[in-house]
Amino acid sequence: MARAWVFEDDVSTDDIIAGRYLIKHDPRELGIHAMENINPIFAKRVKRGDVIIGGKNFGCGSSREQAPIALKAAGVSAVVAESFARIFYRNSINQGLPVITCPGVRSGFKNMHKVKVDLKRGTIHNVTTGKVFKAEPFPDFILGILRAGGLIPYLKRRGAPRRR
Amino acid sequence: MPMTIAEKILARASGRKRVSPGEIVEAKVDVAMAHDLTAPLAIEALHKMGVKRVWDPSKVVIVLDHQAPPTTIEMAKDHAMLRKFVAENRIPNFYDVHEGICHQVVPEGGFALPGRLVVGADSHSCTYGALGCFATGVGSTDMAAIFATGKLWFRVPESMLFKIKGRLRNRVAPKDIILKIIGDVGVDGATYRAVEFAGDGVRHLTVAGRMTVCNMGVEMGAKTAIVPPDEQTKLYLKGRARGKYKEVCSDSDAGYVDERTYDVSNLEPQVACPHRVDNVRPVREVQGIEVDQAFLGSCTNGRLEDLIEAVEVMNGKKVAKGVRMIVSPASREVYMDALNAGVLQRLVKAGAIVESPACAACMGCHVGVLGPGEVSISSSNRNFKGRQGSPEGKIYLASPATVAASAVMGKITDPRDV
Ligand code: SF4
Repeated sequence: MARAWVFEDDVSTDDIIAGRYLIKHDPRELGIHAMENINPIFAKRVKRGDVIIGGKNFGCGSSREQAPIALKAAGVSAVVAESFARIFYRNSINQGLPVITCPGVRSGFKNMHKVKVDLKRGTIHNVTTGKVFKAEPFPDFILGILRAGGLIPYLKRRGAPRRR
Repeated sequence: MPMTIAEKILARASGRKRVSPGEIVEAKVDVAMAHDLTAPLAIEALHKMGVKRVWDPSKVVIVLDHQAPPTTIEMAKDHAMLRKFVAENRIPNFYDVHEGICHQVVPEGGFALPGRLVVGADSHSCTYGALGCFATGVGSTDMAAIFATGKLWFRVPESMLFKIKGRLRNRVAPKDIILKIIGDVGVDGATYRAVEFAGDGVRHLTVAGRMTVCNMGVEMGAKTAIVPPDEQTKLYLKGRARGKYKEVCSDSDAGYVDERTYDVSNLEPQVACPHRVDNVRPVREVQGIEVDQAFLGSCTNGRLEDLIEAVEVMNGKKVAKGVRMIVSPASREVYMDALNAGVLQRLVKAGAIVESPACAACMGCHVGVLGPGEVSISSSNRNFKGRQGSPEGKIYLASPATVAASAVMGKITDPRDV
């Protein structure tokens, strides 16, 4: 089952993937360095499907889309946080990485707690403690993008945009 | 219904009479900028969408600045790919590695005009709001969507007003105003909001100073930062503006979710301590911390008046032993002006290293990185852990005057004490 990785408030995109790696294009290479500055063991230990539990203002800082790409490549299936910074939020949706706003979630989890995320119902279940958190629901069009796996597959499905 | 500048611009760009906060609108973008770290991903996404050509080449600006000139083979390849993309798309607004930082060349090039909607694939695109436009940063996929269609969806932000009063004292800078504000409201104090800086205190600031203030809007989470246009805006744009523009201002009874007033006439030099931009204290309180690197440059403070302020503070003194002072003018234009004014000469004479006009030491992916345990005093905008190299390094953010004072003293120093 998915495990929780708990982080502090104000995790920046520099924390998620440092500037020196932005020259890399291969998502796997980015994934190897995810969270390196603030948790050097994260990228080595994280398993496919694991969930990040963040505090306030998760993803603040630079507009680098390599941040959600690195998290996805590392295996992260969703980020649940008290609140998100704006650009990271958009980028994650565009990359098909669910970013779920859920006030109160940060204090409800400890590292390695078992977690189940239900996007459709909008619930975050801490299986270890039994507590269930209710997330803010996604607007329909965002849910559509997430279901498609990101903005590009979503646009493709709807027919490629035409030039005007 | 009264509207703020931000609302008026989004309404115009989305073809509506009015918009209100919270609404989602699809708006036409007037200028779209991407640089060497974000454009490659955007182009990849564009191609994945099956689109070969940008919607309107005349509205696209591509800048090679983060790794300029390249220091790695990967980046040299990216630059070559971008040149090819620019040629194939016949994009006239291309700034190669020698031209400068995107957030300087876009205003200098007259792309950021009052009333316009400018979107950049870089978080500090909010800098352009200094000229009265709605400017905001997005990621690469959003930029690809703009490249393809010329449009993007936006949530209309709530607006927040900062009324700035009074005149800054000698050696106190616009940077100190914005550091003070961020220290007060916190790094998420304006998340999703449009922040507007108004009042006589802003009128006294040069356009360059306004750019410094707006540049750091994103460090409190803002979606955009705007200074209402005035005579100075017009003066700056004279001979630069690409096309006509219409000035837009907030209605006097427009609605703000928060209003704050700052009297800056007694403001002291400020510094943001590691590793948070809102960990702000007066320089006096942290004086004496030894520094290894002093960085004068970046899209926050690499402009001519910043370099002039620095040499005035240094006043013929040498950079302290063991300190590397790195100076990177924000653009070729700034570089030339500083050269002609003898400013670079004085900096080099003092022992500073003058680098190419680019991002340089700001984000640790080009020249001037910190080793473990090293301390940097930097005129840039972010002091996140590892931002300028080793995660065990420490970054203090301050004004050009404070950076210069600290460089010659070898320790963090109030510029009024040099
Ligand atoms: S100078 Fe720094 S903050 Fe500005 S665009 Fe370059 S890397 Fe980003």
